[in-house]
Amino acid sequence: MAALVIAEHDNKTLKDATAKTVAAAVQLGAPVHILVAGQGCGAVVDAAAKLAGVEKVLVADDALYARPIAETMAALILSLADRYDTILAPATTSGKNYLPRVAAKLDVPQISEILKVVSADTFERPIYAGNAIQTVQAAAGKKVITVRTTAFKAAASTGSAAIENVAAASDPGTAKFVGETLSKSERPELTSAKIVISGGRGLQSGENFKMLEKVADKLHAAVGASRAAVDAGFVPNDYQVGQTGKVVAPDLYIAVGISGAIQHLAGMKDSKVIAAINKDEEAPIFQIADVGLVADLFKAVPEMEEELSKLGY
Amino acid sequence: MKVLVPVKRVIDYNVKVRVKADQSGVDLANVKMSMNPFDEIGVEEAVRLKEKGKASEVIAVSIGPAQASETIRTALAMGADRGILVKTEGDVEPLAVAKILKAICDAENPGLVITGKQAIDDDSNQTGQMLAALLDWPQATFAHKLELGDGKAGVEREIDGGLQTIEVKLPAVLTTDLRLNEPRYASLPNIMKAKKKPIDEKSPADYGVDTTPRLKVLKVSEPPKRQAGTKVKTMSEFLGKLKEAGVL
Ligand SMILES: Cc1cc2nc3c(=O)[nH]c(=O)nc-3n(C[C@H](O)[C@H](O)[C@H](O)COP(=O)(O)OP(=O)(O)OC[C@H]3O[C@@H](n4cnc5c(N)ncnc54)[C@H](O)[C@@H]3O)c2cc1C
Repeated sequence: MAALVIAEHDNKTLKDATAKTVAAAVQLGAPVHILVAGQGCGAVVDAAAKLAGVEKVLVADDALYARPIAETMAALILSLADRYDTILAPATTSGKNYLPRVAAKLDVPQISEILKVVSADTFERPIYAGNAIQTVQAAAGKKVITVRTTAFKAAASTGSAAIENVAAASDPGTAKFVGETLSKSERPELTSAKIVISGGRGLQSGENFKMLEKVADKLHAAVGASRAAVDAGFVPNDYQVGQTGKVVAPDLYIAVGISGAIQHLAGMKDSKVIAAINKDEEAPIFQIADVGLVADLFKAVPEMEEELSKLGY
Repeated sequence: MKVLVPVKRVIDYNVKVRVKADQSGVDLANVKMSMNPFDEIGVEEAVRLKEKGKASEVIAVSIGPAQASETIRTALAMGADRGILVKTEGDVEPLAVAKILKAICDAENPGLVITGKQAIDDDSNQTGQMLAALLDWPQATFAHKLELGDGKAGVEREIDGGLQTIEVKLPAVLTTDLRLNEPRYASLPNIMKAKKKPIDEKSPADYGVDTTPRLKVLKVSEPPKRQAGTKVKTMSEFLGKLKEAGVL
């Protein structure tokens, strides 16, 4: 039987997380279908149909899915579940929201945030903030899986899948979407940027994050933060990198004024190169940094901007 | 309205975990155990609802070994009224936890269940959502702010792009995110008082739930280790090293 990947999108663009989840699904060795639930999401459907390895795109285009919530998404996925033996979603805040509902209704465990497909029924996943890796084997029957997208390379856009419309499922009517305040930024998304520069409590204020933003703009980098910086209100919640925030794995991660608590490391230790600026040479972040600068950030960050300009950035 | 708060006993967040040499799991011998931090936030939110007169009773439930009664005592010291300990041995998967909680909800009829968004040991992030599904209740996960209305709740949620507001009908399941509140420390008099609060002891069988794991853990291994690199003195050396590494 085939595997079903649930697409992540905003009705206009298909998120990169979907292509990475497809890459994981392809490794299961069964045909892969994608479900796009949205409203007026034609461009998303086209993009989904091009993903390499996808045989069919199921489309539920309905007002109910303009801003899907867990209850309506779970009902829709369950209406299609008979046709699939594996259901996968990216481990984003939306995948994490609706997919456990599906698993519970199917009376199967959810395998959360897989890092690796060992075989069609065996997977690796992180536990204890990534300080241990668990290899689990699923029992016979349906499998419900969320995928840690940083662990998989996006499927290419070289395919051409068939498209099938599916009916909306009924709305349980117990919850509704009210509104959203989204962080607006011209910078790349934190989870897909090639370079990330993050600030911690050492930045002391939201105003001081502007220093990091200037460097980020030169490098086409995304800006992230530690929990301490978010809790202190320097930056919005969606900047948080870590065990309980976003997981990133860019080519270069620059930690500024961040001590390197295990919860923070959990969200960035798979970056290709880690660089750190901290005035405390004993800071734990230096134990995993490839390049460390022991310095006062208030001197180092403006210097970095200047030197980058000199280098032509 | 009763509020139910599940609390899990986990390795303290400050402890550096060690994988056992035989790869059967992580070493839990002689390490500090605490209440899962997200569950503390849940207890705090429930106790605040009671203090505001919006909740009539706060019930703390733990599913775990005998020592999980200490975790319940912590919740009682923070202000919960009574506890239920469902004694289990070995790992209990989120689905089985959700089934036990469902049975407790059927018996207690709470208006709200507040779970943590994830436990910091298995990092599953499932239990609240699974419970909501089994009960056919709505859910408000990753809660940043809760406003309780008449028969409904407005909840601001932390999502990847920022914040989202939804409205759920009660009864509902809420899961906490980090910034919902700052949990209190229990005062000494309250710790003393908590010793007299009742804790009911149960077993999964009392609720007709089979807790046999469905997933087979083949092994638990160490992640690849990173080595410390070089420390430099100046910004130009710093950028030079990054250029050398090919990332600038
Ligand atoms: C349940 C739970 C979940 C958590 N989840 C996360 C998570 O997802 N992500 C996360 O990041 N944290 C998380 N944490 C918090 C984590 O434990 C740490 O408290 C947090 O990461 C610390 O942030 P920080 O490094 O910015 O602050 P601190 O630890 O206070 O470090 C500040 C650093 O800045 C340096 N500094 C100060 N001034 C300067 C200066 N002028 N120049 C240079 N350096 C300077 C200091 O030397 C210090 O090393 C979680 C904690 C819990 C309990």
